[in-house]
This record gives sequence, C-alpha cells and structure tokens, in this order.
Amino acid sequence: MATVSDVMVRTGRRGELGLLGLAVAVAVLARGLVDYHADYLELDELAIYAAGWIVVAGVIHLAIRRWASYADPVLVPAVLALNGIGLAMIRRIDFAYASRGRDTDFGEVQIVWTLLGIGLALLVILLIRDYRLLRRFTYTAGLVGLIGLLLPLMPVIGTQINGARIWINVFGKSLQPGEFAKIAFVVFFAGYLVSNRDTLALAGPKILGMRFPRPRDMGPLALVWVAAMLVQIYERDLGTSLLLFGIFVAMLYVATERLSWVVLGLGMFAVGAVLAGTLFSHVGSRYTAWLHALDSSVYSSGASEQLVRGLFGMASGGLFGTGLGEGRPDLVPYAESDFIVASLGEELGLTGLMAILTLYVIIVQRAMRTAIGVRHGFGKLLAAGLGFAIALQVFIVVGGVTRVIPLTGLTTPFLAYGGSSMLANWIIVGLLLRISDQARRPEVVTP
Amino acid sequence: MNEPIRRLSIVVLAMILTLMVAASYIQVIAAGDLNADARNVRTLYREYGTFRGPIVVDGESVVWSKAVDDPFNYQRTYADGPLYAAATGYYSIVFGRTAIEQTENDLLSGTADSLFWTRLSNLVSGETQRGASVELTLDAAVQQAAAESLGDSAGAVVALDPSTGEVLAMVTSPTYDPATLAGHDSATVNKNYQELLAQEDGPLVNRAIAGDTYPPGSTFKLIVSAAALEAGYDADSELYAPDQLELPNTSRTLGNYGGESCSANERQTLAESLEMSCNTSFANLGMQLGWGVVERKAEEFGWGEQLSIPLAVTPSRLPSNPDEAQTAMASIGQYDDRATPLQMAMVAAGIANDGVLMRPYLVDNVRDADLRVIEETEPEEMSQPMTRSDANELTDMMVGVVTSGTGTAAQIPGVEVAGKTGTAETGTDERPHTWFVGFAPADNPVVAVAVLVENGGSTQGEVTGGRVAAPIARAVMEAALASRGGS
Repeated sequence: MATVSDVMVRTGRRGELGLLGLAVAVAVLARGLVDYHADYLELDELAIYAAGWIVVAGVIHLAIRRWASYADPVLVPAVLALNGIGLAMIRRIDFAYASRGRDTDFGEVQIVWTLLGIGLALLVILLIRDYRLLRRFTYTAGLVGLIGLLLPLMPVIGTQINGARIWINVFGKSLQPGEFAKIAFVVFFAGYLVSNRDTLALAGPKILGMRFPRPRDMGPLALVWVAAMLVQIYERDLGTSLLLFGIFVAMLYVATERLSWVVLGLGMFAVGAVLAGTLFSHVGSRYTAWLHALDSSVYSSGASEQLVRGLFGMASGGLFGTGLGEGRPDLVPYAESDFIVASLGEELGLTGLMAILTLYVIIVQRAMRTAIGVRHGFGKLLAAGLGFAIALQVFIVVGGVTRVIPLTGLTTPFLAYGGSSMLANWIIVGLLLRISDQARRPEVVTP
Repeated sequence: MNEPIRRLSIVVLAMILTLMVAASYIQVIAAGDLNADARNVRTLYREYGTFRGPIVVDGESVVWSKAVDDPFNYQRTYADGPLYAAATGYYSIVFGRTAIEQTENDLLSGTADSLFWTRLSNLVSGETQRGASVELTLDAAVQQAAAESLGDSAGAVVALDPSTGEVLAMVTSPTYDPATLAGHDSATVNKNYQELLAQEDGPLVNRAIAGDTYPPGSTFKLIVSAAALEAGYDADSELYAPDQLELPNTSRTLGNYGGESCSANERQTLAESLEMSCNTSFANLGMQLGWGVVERKAEEFGWGEQLSIPLAVTPSRLPSNPDEAQTAMASIGQYDDRATPLQMAMVAAGIANDGVLMRPYLVDNVRDADLRVIEETEPEEMSQPMTRSDANELTDMMVGVVTSGTGTAAQIPGVEVAGKTGTAETGTDERPHTWFVGFAPADNPVVAVAVLVENGGSTQGEVTGGRVAAPIARAVMEAALASRGGS
C-alpha cells in the first residue's frame, strides 16, 4: 500500500522554527527593556543572552525533529515565550529589590531552572518513545503522587513556608513535591479511569432529571475528595487541593461522558470548602480576605494586604501598563512568584496580561487538540488531564490574584519564580510533545 | 471521549475568559477607585519617584529635586528655604503640598495637560517623565532686602512691579524652612511639623496674602483721597479738620494721633491732611462722600476680590452699611476695615501706574524639561480705579508725605519716593500694627511696596508706621531700584 506514504503529512517543524524565533525575540527584547530601564543595559551581555536563547531554541528544534518529529509545532514556542517573559519580569523585580537594598538573584536562578526544565522535557521525549508505556505504571504513579503529597507532612524534611506546609527540604533546597505529584496523579487517573470507565459510566438512580452513578461506584471520587480535604486542612494548601480534585473530576467526566460526575464533584467540593471554612480558622480567614478584601479592618489586620496591594499594582498599570521597569511591582509581597501576574499586569498593562492569558489558551487548546487527535483512550485522558492541569492551575493562581476565587499559594506555570513548578511544567510539555507526536504521526501500514 | 474533551476545552476557554474579565475590571473599571485609595502608596511613590521640576527665581533654582538612593528616588531640596517659603511652600510625603508646590503641582510633576506633547514625545523616545520648571516673578535682591529689613518682627512685605503686577517680593515673618518638612523620614517630618504648629506666632501662616487680614489704618486714607479726587476735590480743597470730631448719634468724639491738632483754624487742604495723616478731616471727608463712594473706590482697588496669584489670597473686607459714626471710623482704616499686605501694595501700585491696576502674579513662566516655554503669564489690567491726572495728583500728595510728612523715614537720597504711613489700633492693650505703603521713583515707578509690622515689631518706644514700617519699605525700594534701575 504505497499510496499512504505518498500523502504528505505536514510535520510543522519549519513553522515551529519560525515561531521559536518569535518567542526568542520576545524573551530577548523583554530582557533588553528591563536592563535599559534599570540603566544596566550592556549590549554584549544581552548578545550573550540572545545567543543562549538561540542555542536553546535550536537544540529544542533539533531534538524534536529527531525524537518527536510530528509533535505539535505551536506548543513549545508558546511555552518558551511565557518562560522568556517570566525571566525578564523576575530579573526586573531583582532590580527593584536591589534599589531598595535587598540583594536577590531570582532571575539568574530561574535561568538555571528553565534550562533544567527544558532538559527534562527533552529527556521525556528521548526516554519515553511511546506514551502507552506509562499505563504500565498506573498504580506506581498513584503511589508516587500520594507520597509526594504527604512528604511535606513528614518531620525533618517537611517545612512550612508562609503558612503552607507544602515544601520539603532536600540538600538545603526547598522543593514543592505537590507540583510533581500533580503529574503522577494525572498518569494514575488516566490509567485507572481508562480501565474502569465502563463501570463508572453505569447508570444509577435518577435525581432531578439527571442520571447519577451507582453509589457503590463512588468510592474513588470519595477517596480523592478526602485526600483533597486533608491537603486543605493539614497542609493549608487550598490551591493544590482544588487543583487535584478539579483534575480528577474533569478526567472522570471525559472518561465517562457523564455530566452527573461533575455535578457530584463540584457539590462535594463546595460542601467540603464550606465545612473547612467554618471548622478551621486558617481556611475561614482566607475566605474573609477574599470576600472583604478592601474592608479596612480586614486590610489592616494584614489578611488581605498582599491581595489588595496586588490589585493596586494592577490598577496602576491600567490598559497599557507602566512599561517594563517603570512600575513598582516590588510593593507587592512575593512579586516574583505568587504575584508575578500582578507585576506583569502593572508593567505590561491589561494588554500584556491579555496576551499572556492568550498564550495559556493556546497551550491548553493544543493539549485538548492532541487529546482529540490521539487514538487511544489512555492518551486522550492523559493529554486532556495534563492540559486541564495547566488551565486549572492558571485559573486558581490568576483567579486568586484577580479576586475571582480566594487566594491560594500555587505558582503561575512557566512565569513564576520557583524550581519545582518550572521542572514539573516542562515535564508536562515533554509529555504533551510525545503524545501529540504519536497523535499526528501517520499510521504505519503494516503489510 | 472526543465530545467531552471538546466540552472541556470550552470550559477551559470560559475559565480563562473569566480571568480576562476580572483583569479588565481591575485594570480599567475599578482602576480609578483603586488608584485613589488612600492605602495605595503606589500613587504617592510614583509622584515622588518622578523628577519634579525646579522652582526658579532670577534664573536660579531655589527648589529642586535631587536624586537620592531611597524608595522615593528624589529629595526635594530648598536653597534659602526660609527666605522663599512663603512663595514656594513645602512638598512633604506626610503633609502634602502648599503654595507654588501645590498650585503648580501638575506642571512640576509633569502631569499637566499642557505637557501632553512633551509626555508623548518622551513616550516615543523612551525618556522618563520629567516635570516642568516654574520660574517665579520674585526678584532675589528685593526678596532678600525685604526679609532682612523685616528681621525678627512679625509681619509681611509685598513688593510689586506697578507696570506689570509682577510680585517682586513676598515675605512673611516668622517663616520656616520647607526642608524640615520635605524629608523622607515621616517621624522626623511629623515632629518638625508639630513644632511649627505649636509656635504661637504661626510660622506656617503667610501673612502677606493669607494670614489674618489687618486693619489698614491711615493707609486707607489713600482710598478716601482717590474717591475724593474723583468726586471733584483736588489737593488744595479745604477740609474740615477739628481737633475733635463729634461722631454723629453717639456721645463719642474722634481725635487725632497723640491728641494732636491738625490745624489751628480747623481748616486744612486735602494734601496737608494726607501729609500729616489727619484723622478728623478724613473721617469727616468719608462721611461727606458717603460710604458707598469710598467702598466702590476700594473695590476698584481690589477689595472683596478672590485673587489667585496663583496662591489663594484672602479677600480684603470692608464693613457693609455702616452708620455715620462707623463710616467716620472706617474712613481712617479702623472699625471693620481689613486688608492683606498684598492688597495695600496693590493700592500703591494702582496709584503708581497712572491709575491702572495690574493683576498681581507670582509665576512668570513655565518651561518643560527641554526648556521650551509652555506657559507664560502676560501682564493683565485688572481695573482702572483712577484717571491718570487724579493718580498723578495723589502721587504728588504722597511725595509730600515722605518729604515733609509722617513718612520721612522712607526718603531715599536722589530719588523721589511717594508713600503713606499707617498706624492701626488693634485693641486697648496691644501695640498698634504699623504700615507703610509707597512706591519709587514717584515719576516713573519701578516698585510699589506695602510693609506691615504686627504690634510694632521689635521697635522700642513710640510705635508708628513712619518709625517702624517706613525704614523697611525704604530698604526694599532701594534694593528694587538697585536691581531694576530707577530712572
């Protein structure tokens, strides 16, 4: 059947190279602006930076050509653009802190994390030649995820930073195992759901015109719910709790095609959230800070100070922003990590923020596109789950900063300062590259 | 599974759209409120963090922003702070702004509408926003002379260029140093401010334009004289000048300063009356002219007007519908007459400028950071309270005051000085406020001046305008003549 090989399947690699050039230009230009406004612009240093980006983009391009030649061509450029903007903004905040006598090197450390992250993504497409391999590790992944989630609660290595116990100390470095647990759970959910979707989709009682699953099948959902509640209560991490539960419910819906699971899941989470809010003061105060952020009593108690300062920052940016290096993002605590979105909103304005959110839309839509294109149920669930994980994380962080939901401590993927998040999200990119490669690769016809 | 994935991607899109809506709300719709929020230090920092334009006197910056290494980036710096405080005001992170720092704030900070094109070109060229420089009309030499001659006495001096209305000197005493309020350590600034507030003599008050208004005393006789000249009197018109003037419908009488007699035969010319500052003749003249005539003349000279130079000037006041006895008292600048030193300088300036009163102003021009003039104050006629011939006649009478009357202490060798003294009773126990208003040279004036010394100042012994205020006015006029040339 020689006709099949005659059909030209566009790999999109050349287009990807063009987009990579664009992403590199954004990253270098952003850094140039930051340096210029900090009166620090040295062209040879910027040239080295640009050269570094070109080499990195080139390596990525060649690696994808070699090991995943049919991979989605838009994904990496979009991620790289976000990463470049993040690096520039973090460097800019270093300058802002320096002008106030606080010496930080977040920008340089983040470059190292970025390179490590890209390396991990490439390692993923090099080592995992077929994503279906992961299905074998379904329950291992579940266990790894659970351990990752529980590690911060362990004595000695677990540390509490800023009220949330989501960190572990490894060789003097703080890591957020929850970021990696997220990936493990998506793999576990995908493997588990693809095997059990038929049972879970069985019809149960009909309530209010909607067919609900059989009560005896609700075990897994209940289990994940309990885990999410425990995270929220003991690790004081509303974000991770919401993230994991949300991913599970979304994947459950994709697997079973039953909306009733979503209704059930959202209902359970709402009950849990209200319950936690009433029973535990640290959860309750988060809600108060969210609902009454601008009240002077709440503000002066410090509960909503960070949130409101972020709002002030974004407001001062307005439509077009103050310009990179021209605002005062350093007036918001954690401007380089949790509140980098407020920093970007201040200096790049609503226009810049819209562009950034659009990049996320592109990344997530490519993941969804991959899920639709891939042929196996496990791959569909994996790609949709990973894509949704990024989307939900963005929603939780940016929604927290913009007061759509209560503020939590998650990091903005690819933008915020933080090693764990950078590594984990690049691993997701690697996985999506691999799945999309297999999704778009023309069927090899066996004679 | 494709259908739920498609639905999920729509949900994802909706989630991010929600974020976009929320961001739009914060950055556009609610931005105004958030930026105006008192807790938002960002607005403050931004304002203080941009280069604020200097305030210039005679081509030299007396106030400027110096780059410093702290969160505010710039430190407002005041050279000769106490000397120019009345005009410049202060610029404080704790207490805001006053005087020129306040009224010209949008120009100094660079946010004024008139700086739009400058800002636009800065945006294109990537330069940071810089405020405009504001050049004052003050003459450094005149200002310096006024402050030195007034010394420690509480009071004020205002000097005007009669032909333009430019404020050449505006001094108030006691004064303060704006630098003590411009620091970036709010505790120190707070302490300094409280100390200034606690001082009884009110160093933060600008007595020249916005302090308590003062009874003008005998200097008000210039207004009555001007009204009389308009009503057909001339310098030689004979007035009734008794030793004691009976005040109608009262049992009281009005005498002259120190119980002196104005004239042996109770008759005296208008010129003689002004020269020796006779009370009874002017009180009687006021009653004969009628209060309405005097009041209108005063209003033509600026009484009751809400001036902005652009510092807000407290309007000078007159009694409304006084009876005859009150008219008599008001005609010699007592009773409910009140005036700012600026108002009295305007009276001198109006007479000096051939009867045409120019609107006083303190800001000469405003230049953007590239030294392009973006605003320039054009001299403007405010009113014409006197005809040229009446003004010249009154000038001659005022020359008489200085050459042979109560104002001899204001004489300047080789220069004809016109003036009028004033000694205003303020109460039974207090020493009187002393005034001198005048201009020089009489035939072609370059400076008109008003001096007020509260309660006689530090002068010992007899307290009169001629003794206390006239020498100060002379020093100011001498400085102006030296600096601006008196031909």
